[in-house]
Amino acid sequence: MLIDWFTVGAQVLNFLILVWLLKRFLYQPILDAIDTRELRIAKELADADAQKADASRARDDYQNKHIAFKKERDALMQQATETANTERLRLLSEARQAAATLSEQRHESMQRELMVLQREIGRRTQQEVFAIARKALNDLAGGDLETRIVDRFIDRLNHLGRDEKDGLVLALQHSREPLLVRSVFDLPPAQRATLEAVIQTLLGAETKTHYEMTPDLVSGIELSCGGQKVAWNIDEYLASLQKGLEDLLSVTSATKTVKKSAETNEKVEQGT
Amino acid sequence: MHLSPDNIIFWQYGFVKINATIVFTWGLMLVLGLCSKLVTRGLSKDLTRSRWQNLLEIIVTGITQQIREVGLVQPRKYLGFIGTLFLFVATANLFTIFPGYEPPTGSLSTTTALAICVFVAVPLFGISDCGLKKYLREYLKPTFIMLPFNVVSELSRTLALAARLFGNMMSGSMILAILLTITPYLFPIVLSALGLLTGMVQAYIFSILAAVYIAAATQPSNAVNNSEPNENLKVSKE
Repeated sequence: MLIDWFTVGAQVLNFLILVWLLKRFLYQPILDAIDTRELRIAKELADADAQKADASRARDDYQNKHIAFKKERDALMQQATETANTERLRLLSEARQAAATLSEQRHESMQRELMVLQREIGRRTQQEVFAIARKALNDLAGGDLETRIVDRFIDRLNHLGRDEKDGLVLALQHSREPLLVRSVFDLPPAQRATLEAVIQTLLGAETKTHYEMTPDLVSGIELSCGGQKVAWNIDEYLASLQKGLEDLLSVTSATKTVKKSAETNEKVEQGT
Repeated sequence: MHLSPDNIIFWQYGFVKINATIVFTWGLMLVLGLCSKLVTRGLSKDLTRSRWQNLLEIIVTGITQQIREVGLVQPRKYLGFIGTLFLFVATANLFTIFPGYEPPTGSLSTTTALAICVFVAVPLFGISDCGLKKYLREYLKPTFIMLPFNVVSELSRTLALAARLFGNMMSGSMILAILLTITPYLFPIVLSALGLLTGMVQAYIFSILAAVYIAAATQPSNAVNNSEPNENLKVSKE
């Protein structure tokens, strides 16, 4: 008999004991260790996933912040550019305005200087012309200039127009003041007598005449009464001379002003 | 020459006897228990671990994987029984490299004992999983006429298990003994190596067949439970 039943029973018992022993000392500890390790790995994986998610969120957050920062930077840059442009235009406008003001002031100053110069030239010219005329008259006619002026004035009175004559008579009748004769020089008694005789003849009445010296009348004589005036002086000739001179100077000045204005504008344009 | 280590009796008192089968089984139990105790004493639960722990983990997880592949969805429940079957048979056959050692599995008593354990364990696991009525109803399928055939099938496969293991182990020992007398040098070494391989294969076959029988007995509940791991697998994959 190959089967020994006692041995079979003993081996069954031995096998069951071995099952218990291996469960107790092998399977359970090994499986526990594996489970613990797997749990730990799973936890680490979960942590890694969480960290990955956190990193992803942080990356998204950073990207959003970066985009927002870029937008803000662009907006600030645009704002700064606009402000700079506005400031530039304002400064440019102020500079142009200042340049225009300076140019205008300069122009006005030049005009004033021109006027003073013209006045001075006119005055000098009058004096010179007067001196030359006097000298010439003295040399040529043998009489002084005042005598010739009075003669010329008397001649003018004799050839007075009807309207002027009537106006003068009317003014004399309505005026309480005497006739005023103004001259740049003192009239001698002979010439005064001649002049009064001519006036009486002209106006047809006895009139009182008052004489006055006025340096403003350039080499001339003037009769005035009640707003009416009859005069002869060298001013009329000088006025024509002065007008020609003014025209010449104004043309020269205008040319220079245009040139300078063009240069100023060019400089301002280069500055901007 | 002994046909079975049962015949080597060290001590006997009437029916009770201590023979080589029992003694070598105790030795195997001692070796397995001590090794397990020693290795699992300083078990590391970290990622780094000793090579012996690695070896045991590979063995345990390998057995668990094989049980799962057979169709048992809760392999840890059967690991104690099937794993011990494999380790005991494998160790018993592996130790044939030591001179003077007689494998307990070369005894028909041992293989019968193991087959009886399987014979008892199969219905026990089946009943624990499906319940008594459902398990017994399996014998009546597909019709009640099949009841005697199913019963004979249970008995015959138990016998086949015992005879297969015993036959292989005994034949290996026998052939080795015969060859030692005929050609004492070369062939016994080659056959010893071949015997090692055969022993490992037999250990695998024995434990896998036990797992298959248990899986067949617990099939109704396995069929129900089978869907759950797959769904879990899908979820985990997602």
